[in-house]
Amino acid sequence: MFVEYFYYLKERLPISITEYMTLIEALDRGLIHNMVEFYYVSRSILCKNEHHFDIYDIAFANFFKNAIIKFPDEVKREIWDWLNKDITIPELLEGLKILLREYQQYLNIEDLQQFLENLLLKLNRDLEGNLSINAPQEVKDEIWDWLKKNMDLLDANANAQEILSQFFNLEEMQKQFEDLMQRQDEEHNGGDHWVGTQGTSPFGHSGQNPMGMRVGGSSGMRMAVQIAQKRIFSDYRKDIVLDTRQIKVALKRLKKLEEIGKLDELNMDKTIDKTANNGGDIELIFEKRRKNNVKLVLLMDVGGSMTPYAHLVNLLFSAANNMSHWKDFKHYYFHNCIYDKLYFNAQRNPDEAIDFEDFIKKYDNKYKVVLVGDAAMASWELTERYGSIYYYHRNEMPGIYYIREIANHFKNNIVWLNPELIRLEWTPWTRKIISSIIPMFNLTVEGIEEAMDYLRKGGKQMYTTVQMLKGLNY
Amino acid sequence: MGLVKNYLIPKLFHLIMSNVGFNQFKGDVNTERIKYIADPQLRNIVNVSIALARPLLVKGEPGTGKTLLSHAIAEALGKRLIIWNVKSTTEAIDGCYMYDTVQRLNDSRFGCEDRNVDNIKDYISLGPLGEAFDSDEQVVLLIDEIDKADIEFPNDLLQELDVMEFYIKETKEFVKAKNRPIVIITSNNEKELPDAFLRRCIFHWIEFPSKEFMADICNLHYPNLKQNLLEQCLKHFYALRTITKLRKMPSTSELLDWIGVLLKSGISLDELKREIPFLGVLLKKEKDLEIALEKIKFPT
Repeated sequence: MFVEYFYYLKERLPISITEYMTLIEALDRGLIHNMVEFYYVSRSILCKNEHHFDIYDIAFANFFKNAIIKFPDEVKREIWDWLNKDITIPELLEGLKILLREYQQYLNIEDLQQFLENLLLKLNRDLEGNLSINAPQEVKDEIWDWLKKNMDLLDANANAQEILSQFFNLEEMQKQFEDLMQRQDEEHNGGDHWVGTQGTSPFGHSGQNPMGMRVGGSSGMRMAVQIAQKRIFSDYRKDIVLDTRQIKVALKRLKKLEEIGKLDELNMDKTIDKTANNGGDIELIFEKRRKNNVKLVLLMDVGGSMTPYAHLVNLLFSAANNMSHWKDFKHYYFHNCIYDKLYFNAQRNPDEAIDFEDFIKKYDNKYKVVLVGDAAMASWELTERYGSIYYYHRNEMPGIYYIREIANHFKNNIVWLNPELIRLEWTPWTRKIISSIIPMFNLTVEGIEEAMDYLRKGGKQMYTTVQMLKGLNY
Repeated sequence: MGLVKNYLIPKLFHLIMSNVGFNQFKGDVNTERIKYIADPQLRNIVNVSIALARPLLVKGEPGTGKTLLSHAIAEALGKRLIIWNVKSTTEAIDGCYMYDTVQRLNDSRFGCEDRNVDNIKDYISLGPLGEAFDSDEQVVLLIDEIDKADIEFPNDLLQELDVMEFYIKETKEFVKAKNRPIVIITSNNEKELPDAFLRRCIFHWIEFPSKEFMADICNLHYPNLKQNLLEQCLKHFYALRTITKLRKMPSTSELLDWIGVLLKSGISLDELKREIPFLGVLLKKEKDLEIALEKIKFPT
């Protein structure tokens, strides 16, 4: 009976049968007394990583949603007020994204995603790309209708509560307990059958009610679901960047150990073993040193649309820079797109820069190159001669030329990290173009990990984050 | 019969269910050596992991008392605590036993009265894990900062933690746990732990204490602390923690140190309202100090 709960979570989290059995054992041995404890114990047993807690919370709240409170009224009112204001279409979409992110435990995400995608397509067609106007009333009405329909969940997993209420049914349990006591009076021989023996009791495994709840009622359930609904662990999700140390851990994936130099490192253990085996005649064992041989160049987009992400890029830079991990680490700056110069510092003084040609000569294709930027710019910045955002900067070749050049030069050793999470978002045209030339990953812990794996394997990974997210349900 | 059915059985039922034959960790320890409170969730998880005889993996922000937890459990249950501090060079076998080849070599050349060179057992000493298995009473075993070691280290421990035994190849002997130790493992998230290892553990993330719970913790450590002073301290402390740009957030242990320093310096409540004295106790990084000073505004 608990199997449903297990499979529901298994679809969303990496859980094995071992963990499931552990949970059943905990229930079986009466270690869980109410729904709140059930929430925590099941989390401890099933989730082995704090990054998964938020997913667990959402799944838990959704699985038991029949037992729960409805969509908070004040939020409903806020949404209503907000929809009645003059808002532009990008603002509208931004708001819906927030709604999707903050309240997904109340909403049917797959449906909402589908709904929004259809809406986007329609808007794109109707407005012919002219998006800076206020959202038309009928669009808002459509959204409100949908929300109204979906905010109070109707199609909850009706079985769930039934199952749970059985689990927490004191009367039932007491009856079974009495049965057990009676049987124990009758047969005294079977040592592994009775209350108190560890784990071997078949009780509760064969579709029966797993035993051991003390407090009944669904009030505990309501509270547990409320805890899950708070989603306090949403910050711990792995697809959101946390801090330098985490970035460092992610960057550490980029490792290529190579033996270098002479045989000059004494292996103490092997020496002792060898000497002891020789009956005491000293024999010294020397080995070559192993060192990470990765050389890294970081190219960062600064200024303009990247300003909101300055802190994030700063974290990435300080993580990469503070690591003694690399054989060589260099960094340069650019604005929006790469042109004929790469700058030594974020102020982008033309006198303190390296020419693109020199850059290509200086760094051979053994270097791993990580570009950081939102890849969002005006189309002419990418395609036109003299298209650079600075009027005094006369680029003889369009930006796309340099993007192609750098991609061709470094081949599989180049990736692009993008701080703008690509979710239900319009992908700017320039980003589409660039990501088709240079593999693009999200600037999140997960994205960095994927990018580093891609670089380590020499570009053998099939998907980039951007491609994956498109096929993924959020 | 009615009496049995209506009175005795429910009573027994309650008795058995509430006390399933394992040691209950109550959650708060207040002795001279150790002062510790666990929140109800943690307390419950500790008891579950003891009852299921699974290792408990504890993670959480630095300074939330991960290591202290096992001290508290040992103290509360009156059991011996064996600590295995994992370092980057630690290997699984170090925890089981060590074979002192160098000592044996030395003895064979120069002789020794206490040890018999022909007896290999004299040169084998048990590591923390071996000691825990060999103990006549159940002990609490803390494997501290397991993520410091090599990435394969936890996998090498699977068999030992599962079956609670290991093999000494030099003497061809098995060391089997006389009593399954209560195993607490801490990790600082420096490395991902292997799945096979995680499957066998029960995991708990120690949440950062809420303001109310933090007040309880402070009161436990400084029972004579004036409440309005404490309130002001917590106000400053949680204000600092809202600055997201800090590289290293101040944590419980830093707060306790800071309150200790404040008490020693005999600072007055008014002064505390005007500034955050000894900020260096809370923030350990120079850059963080700069950021904090910039961010915090005091009423003039």
